[in-house]
Amino acid sequence: MLRREDVAHVARLARLTLSDEELDLFTDQLAQVLEHASDVAALDLEGVEATAHPFGLVNVVRADEPQPSLDRDEVLAMAPDVEDGRFAVPRILGEDQ
Amino acid sequence: MTLPDGWEMVVGLEVHTELKTRTKMFCGCRNEFGAPPNTHVCPVCLGLPGSLPVLNERAVELAMAIGLALHCTIAPSTFHRKNYFYPDMPKDFQISQYDRPINANGYLDLIDHSRVGIERAHLEEDTGKSTHLGGSGRLHGADRSLVDYNRSGVPLVEIVSAPDIRSSAQARAYASELRAILIATGASDGRMEEGSMRVDANVSVRRAGQPYGTRCEIKNLNSLRSLQRAIDYEAERQVALVESGEVVRQETRHWDEARGVTATMRVKEEADDYRYFREPDLVDLAPDASWVQRVRSGLGPLPAERRAALLARVGEVSEAQRDAVATVIDAGRDEVVRGAIDRGVDPALALARAANELESEGPAVSVDAFAETLLMEQRGELSATQSKAVLAALAQEGGDPHAIAAQRGFERLSSNSLGATLDEVIDQHPDEWRRYRDGDDKLAQFFVGLVMKATRGQADGKAVIAELAARRG
Amino acid sequence: MRSAGEIARDVREGASSAGRELEIALSAIRARNDELNVFLYVDEAGARLAAQRVDEAVARGERTGPLAGVPVALKDNLCQRGIPTTCSSRILEGWRPPYNATVIDRLVAAGAVPVGKTNLDEFAMGSSTETSAFGPTRNPLDPTRVPGGSSGGSAAAVAADMTPLALGSDTGGSIRQPAALCGIVGVKPTYGLVSRYGLIAFASSLDQIGPLSRSVADAALLLEVIAGHDPRDSTSLPEPAPSLRDHLDDGVVGRRIGVVRELIDGADPEVVASVDRAAEVLRAAGAELVPLSIPELRLGLSAYYLIAPAEASSNLARFDGVRYGLRVDADDVAAMNEATRTAGFGAEVKRRIMLGTYALSAGYYDAYYGQALKVRTQMIEAFRRAYREVDLLLGATTPTVAFPFGSKTANPMSMYLSDVFTIPTNLAGEAAISVPFGVGEGGLPVGVQLLGPGRSEARLLAAGRVLELAEGRP
Repeated sequence: MLRREDVAHVARLARLTLSDEELDLFTDQLAQVLEHASDVAALDLEGVEATAHPFGLVNVVRADEPQPSLDRDEVLAMAPDVEDGRFAVPRILGEDQ
Repeated sequence: MTLPDGWEMVVGLEVHTELKTRTKMFCGCRNEFGAPPNTHVCPVCLGLPGSLPVLNERAVELAMAIGLALHCTIAPSTFHRKNYFYPDMPKDFQISQYDRPINANGYLDLIDHSRVGIERAHLEEDTGKSTHLGGSGRLHGADRSLVDYNRSGVPLVEIVSAPDIRSSAQARAYASELRAILIATGASDGRMEEGSMRVDANVSVRRAGQPYGTRCEIKNLNSLRSLQRAIDYEAERQVALVESGEVVRQETRHWDEARGVTATMRVKEEADDYRYFREPDLVDLAPDASWVQRVRSGLGPLPAERRAALLARVGEVSEAQRDAVATVIDAGRDEVVRGAIDRGVDPALALARAANELESEGPAVSVDAFAETLLMEQRGELSATQSKAVLAALAQEGGDPHAIAAQRGFERLSSNSLGATLDEVIDQHPDEWRRYRDGDDKLAQFFVGLVMKATRGQADGKAVIAELAARRG
Repeated sequence: MRSAGEIARDVREGASSAGRELEIALSAIRARNDELNVFLYVDEAGARLAAQRVDEAVARGERTGPLAGVPVALKDNLCQRGIPTTCSSRILEGWRPPYNATVIDRLVAAGAVPVGKTNLDEFAMGSSTETSAFGPTRNPLDPTRVPGGSSGGSAAAVAADMTPLALGSDTGGSIRQPAALCGIVGVKPTYGLVSRYGLIAFASSLDQIGPLSRSVADAALLLEVIAGHDPRDSTSLPEPAPSLRDHLDDGVVGRRIGVVRELIDGADPEVVASVDRAAEVLRAAGAELVPLSIPELRLGLSAYYLIAPAEASSNLARFDGVRYGLRVDADDVAAMNEATRTAGFGAEVKRRIMLGTYALSAGYYDAYYGQALKVRTQMIEAFRRAYREVDLLLGATTPTVAFPFGSKTANPMSMYLSDVFTIPTNLAGEAAISVPFGVGEGGLPVGVQLLGPGRSEARLLAAGRVLELAEGRP
């Protein structure tokens, strides 16, 4: 059963802030969807292959040949904040990959 | 360095190497270090909405070449998304390989004949690069960061060793041998300082015969020396912790080169949930036997084999010559050295000159030209200085060594004219001559310098010293 | 109203001009766009320029393409260079892509005139356009009701005679369902037939771009233009576009068509009656109708609402305020990401991101996402077995006709059930068409759905054409 704290945890992973009311509402709504999905969860599918792609294409590659890049001014014009030819962001708190 | 009695360290290395392709892993932007920020970017490597990745064939082939050189099995593989937020990473996921890597289960034999297992060597994409402003210029304490996506999407291979390494020297030997292989296969330039080869070390300690201890991952090891020092420091730190009754915490640690210590960077959190799943925008990779064979046949002999062949000609080598051997192998000049030895060049001379005098972006120097130059030097037709100048010219523009020597006026000085010049110099400096004659050998160089000056560098230093010695009687 | 094929012919032959056709479209848009909220952006200047180019080419006697001078509406999740592309989301408001989707390049190369961007459910997540951040689109046939979704704006553009053709995208029914609710034709092509390059992804393994049109022939025309291998999409099928128009009049003589219980059960009685009548029409035209049951299809909805949100949670991570679109400032980058996403995404998008994140997260992956992928395998195998017996399948497109605004927004699950008949085709990567056939409650149109295996578009269009002719449409 989906718990309120599961939803809060998931919201953190997804970088979303939820108010208390939203947390209640989403917990309820997502629980309904998962309840509907319980038919899938309950199936015995031992030994069935998983399909991630509808068709079995393999080895789709391109030649290692340079193509034009975008114009930097056009790229940076999209950005909310730019400094010195680069995308500017507020400080990164102590984490790294 | 040795740990206290009864303790051993257990080390595994993760090496990320950038592949030397012309373009990025999933788009046609150039893979080039040092371009102005955000000039090698496109919808794909900027992760713009709607863009899709298409795999670079050359990156796959270089990955296979690495796998073959490391005796891995090349297997059908898939790409996954590793999901986490980071401003360097434009899609906020990294395309990597997860449970089905392209290369698995290999090994690497080191110079000391020990063998380190290779668990996997898989393909993944690099991130962009941030610069941190304000504070110390490092991540911590910065006010603001600036992101350049030129590196975003550059192809990487991550090579994960088994935890088979038992000393920091062995770790260093492993990284060094791996680097030689990456260079020899053409997969990478192996430059640790530029970040094209990056090493992380997983270190734990245990009492002999006991299960593995808790490991820490050390990052920021940007030279072989740092790697060795950091592992020693970390193993000692862990032993000290355990001996004082504390526990080792699983965490990521940063090597501080200046202070010579590792420090906590990030504690492994439960919140690390990368939600790996198959990348739906890419299809499976299933290299068939003929593709693998094509890559295999493009592989030349590997460094270990080439090193053995070189040492067989050179004979016993000193510690300093070992570095020269490594340089010659990495630079791919071992064939030139062997060829020169075959043509009668002194092995030590061939090794030294090949290691130090052939650095260039120009054409490779032919065995004939290299050997001929050194034979002229051996015959005394060129001084050491002249010989090096000829080699430098060969490495820059190529050509014929005799023609280069003639063109520069590097003519052989007869011993008569050398003797006459020396006599003149002695006459002009009677005091120094007396002190030399009385046994002050340091003054030999003084006379060599003067003769060199008088002959505009055309004299052979050794010949001058021989003449001096003859005059001292 | 002339068909797209007729317009292109008239433009090529000088009986009309691209400029004139464009003005007809623009005046139709002006007449009803305020009322219906179909277009989020009309690119008058760009369209005039494109039309002028076509007319100049005609004047010079150059070959013009099969869509010469035909105005086309684009769902606003297709990237068009320099044109605002929003996905109906605040998070992309004001963003102008620096590149074109492959389908847009192909449209322009074929002489088409892109006129503007149509409304959709935010990031294509919805079945009514009610989740659009820029207000819902109204159904041109009954403005108190939804046009369906997520390609509701594109369906309404065609149904309101604003443009003869529109492009939509179909992840779980987002072309076919609004086509059915607006009384027009919609095709979900085989996965990989049409390049996804430049389509802002919802669920990458399910998304396909496809045509919306008044007639089957126009759908064939548009699909031929946009289909065919694209080296920029790794999942693009390796072959060139199939020939479709040549097979429009192939009919259904000798075809075996399965009438699938699971694609009818639970639909409104009028919808069921329309499917029954469609079966009779196809039988009369020479097909052999076979009643079928494919129980695996019942699991489609559950599997879909795990797989699609899982992929979406990852596809939508990039909207983080760093490189483009909305940024809500905060002290550190993680807080900025969170503030931006919280302000920029609507409730339905958040719901699906959270659902997908949950389905992929440690401890739940096997039970949900992993299990759903296996159901997908079973679905593909079930279809494959069915297609050993029959050539095509027949069912309803949606359980109901167009529904009133607000009737399903309170309960997400009831909205999700609108897609119950369309989802299996996406999970299997196969093809399907919705053709208007008969009417239901309030005289509103009903869509019947024909399904086929991968690369069966020509067969599907020919069968759809049989139904269309029986309804007295040209």
